[in-house]
Amino acid sequence: MRQALPRFSRRQLLQAGAALGASACLPAPAAETKGQKIQLSVATFPLMDQIVKDCLKTWGPQHPEIEVEIVNRQYDDHHTAMTTALSTSGHLPDIIALESSYMGRFAFGNGLDDLSAPAFGAEAYRSLFVPFAFEQARNREHRIIAMPADIGPGTLFYRTDLLAKAGLKEEDLTRSWDDYVEAGARIKAATGAYLIGHTRLVKDIVSRAGAKAGDGLFFDASGQPAITSHRFQRAFEVAKRVRELKLDAQVDTWFNDWAESLKRGRLATEMSGAWMAGQMANWVAPKTAGLWRAAMPPERTCVAYGGTYYAIPRRSDPAKKQAAWTLIKELCLSRSRQLQAFKTQDSFPSLLSAQDDPFFDEPLPFLAGQPARQLWRDIARSIPITQMHKQNKFADEVVNGELDNVLEYGKPIPEALADAQALLVHRANR
Amino acid sequence: MSTVANRFAPYILISPFLILFAVFGLFPLLFSLWLAFQSWEPTSGLDAMRFVGIDNFVFALTDGWFWKSLRNTLWLAIASGLPQHLVALPLAVFLHGRMGRWRNVLSGAYFLPYITSTVAVAMLFSSMFSTDYGLINAALSGAFGIDPINWLWSPSTIKPAVAILVFWRYLGFNVVLYLAALQTVPKDLYEAARLDGAGAWSQFRAITLPAVKPMMLFAVTLSVIGGMQLFEEPFILTNGRGGSDQAAMTVAMYLYRLAFDFNDFGAASALAWMMFGIIAGLTWATNKAFSERKAVFA
Repeated sequence: MRQALPRFSRRQLLQAGAALGASACLPAPAAETKGQKIQLSVATFPLMDQIVKDCLKTWGPQHPEIEVEIVNRQYDDHHTAMTTALSTSGHLPDIIALESSYMGRFAFGNGLDDLSAPAFGAEAYRSLFVPFAFEQARNREHRIIAMPADIGPGTLFYRTDLLAKAGLKEEDLTRSWDDYVEAGARIKAATGAYLIGHTRLVKDIVSRAGAKAGDGLFFDASGQPAITSHRFQRAFEVAKRVRELKLDAQVDTWFNDWAESLKRGRLATEMSGAWMAGQMANWVAPKTAGLWRAAMPPERTCVAYGGTYYAIPRRSDPAKKQAAWTLIKELCLSRSRQLQAFKTQDSFPSLLSAQDDPFFDEPLPFLAGQPARQLWRDIARSIPITQMHKQNKFADEVVNGELDNVLEYGKPIPEALADAQALLVHRANR
Repeated sequence: MSTVANRFAPYILISPFLILFAVFGLFPLLFSLWLAFQSWEPTSGLDAMRFVGIDNFVFALTDGWFWKSLRNTLWLAIASGLPQHLVALPLAVFLHGRMGRWRNVLSGAYFLPYITSTVAVAMLFSSMFSTDYGLINAALSGAFGIDPINWLWSPSTIKPAVAILVFWRYLGFNVVLYLAALQTVPKDLYEAARLDGAGAWSQFRAITLPAVKPMMLFAVTLSVIGGMQLFEEPFILTNGRGGSDQAAMTVAMYLYRLAFDFNDFGAASALAWMMFGIIAGLTWATNKAFSERKAVFA
């Protein structure tokens, strides 16, 4: 008798094919079990891998039943690989580290576990975290899809020597955005140094000031683009003024020109996350130690620059989810772990209790002994909650493109904002 | 050996290629065609796909960034491709006729950028194009007193910067192609032309040019395809973003970004197939243009 061959739907064939393709590109997963041990796979990017490794040194012996494998990739590669892994459900890690700028992209699908569910109970920990950090991991269905590990309180770094030559004080920079620009003109006249690397950074932070509660950065609470709002109008005006006065060096962060400008004292200020102090001290401009200070950005504009979350893929091995959750709790909810990560990797804790450690009162040599961690703590606790949107990254580029049109070709600001709005409307529901 | 073994041996021997081609070539091709008609949130898994007909194609055709990236691509393809051939052919003639035993060494030197890692080349050029600390601005300033040019951060200069890099990288490849073609031209033809009183320009126009025409078609076709698929050089020079006002964002870059930065695999696949159509059309037009000229010279 002829046996009937199993029938496959087109979708099943595609799934099988895609999984086969993905399996060739991704490293082999951790074994299901090795004897009695649970094999956990944690996918990370640089520095986060070190934080997990440091944690495992003491956490591992306390949990002999769990073995952890860390799969580390470069920052962009990691997030691309995680998209591929979630799309094919092949070779999924048990824990995924996600950078905050990618949260919108990952939160709007249903590839990550709902950590608000009773099996995890993440909501019970809400009051333990900096509010914006916890709420930023909430998706459209109001579910928490990741736990915050670290944050980047936005800070204005400035060069005291350049300010002194221009006869300026910190307040002259921070009173208002108009004063910040005015101070930049005086610094340029007195020292020849630029105010900032790129005026786009000014637009970025000014556009976040005054966002309504529940709004996103580029989209309103209903998910519609909000580019024609007053805050973007003002952000473009301030950025344009910076360019008109030739106060920005037109260099992008992390590029050679930017690093060289910082080393040579060609940039009077730098706006970034608190972690930038460590980056400058360790490799970008270590010889400028003692010349920098940190301040609250103008008009007390509190924003976040980066941050990291841990999530559990929905389709990872169910038998290992609780072990994964236990490790995530250790990384995010343990005061000592959070402090350890801060001390060793400049990973600013999102856990409120970790922010009350005496370590926060210690002076920072790179900032001439300023106890700047206290300032960063204040900023972190004042950062407003903004909603994620999966098109945030695209919106950022669209707005930057229109800012370029304003700066380079003199396009009127209302027209530029209207064009950006139209482009986002075209894409908002995709 | 049995008849059965004889019959299947060729298939078994060729199967490694066929299997690899099926997995890494054919399957992605068909999958992208399938995706072009789907709406898909990739992080939700394959079962999140939803058939949307030609929506992705309609979206791509009405997307301002697609047209912007297509204009950028055409600009770069012409600005970097045309000079390659205008310089490579005379250079090949010069190397072929005047450099004697140094010919191979020099053609090897011109070919070197082609086989050098794109990432290394683009990183080097990033440093050279630096506004305040770059070699190119220093040379321009020293020789002509020109103010520093903001090569990589101004929409008006980023395209020429990419075109210069692409020209430098692929010039040698075309020189080698034309040199290979020149070596097949019988020397008798030149001797006969000289006896008839033909000068260097007449020899070039009446003998060299028609003789290398088939190679020219091949080289120009490769330039058209390469130009329309330009990705690595602008991607690395602009940190993967396309530069200020996306002035150096090519279609290949945009479709990559649509998929992997903006999670829109459906639109990216539709765009890829549209580009396939455009490249096929341009290749056909190139072939047609050369065929017509062949009739004139015949």
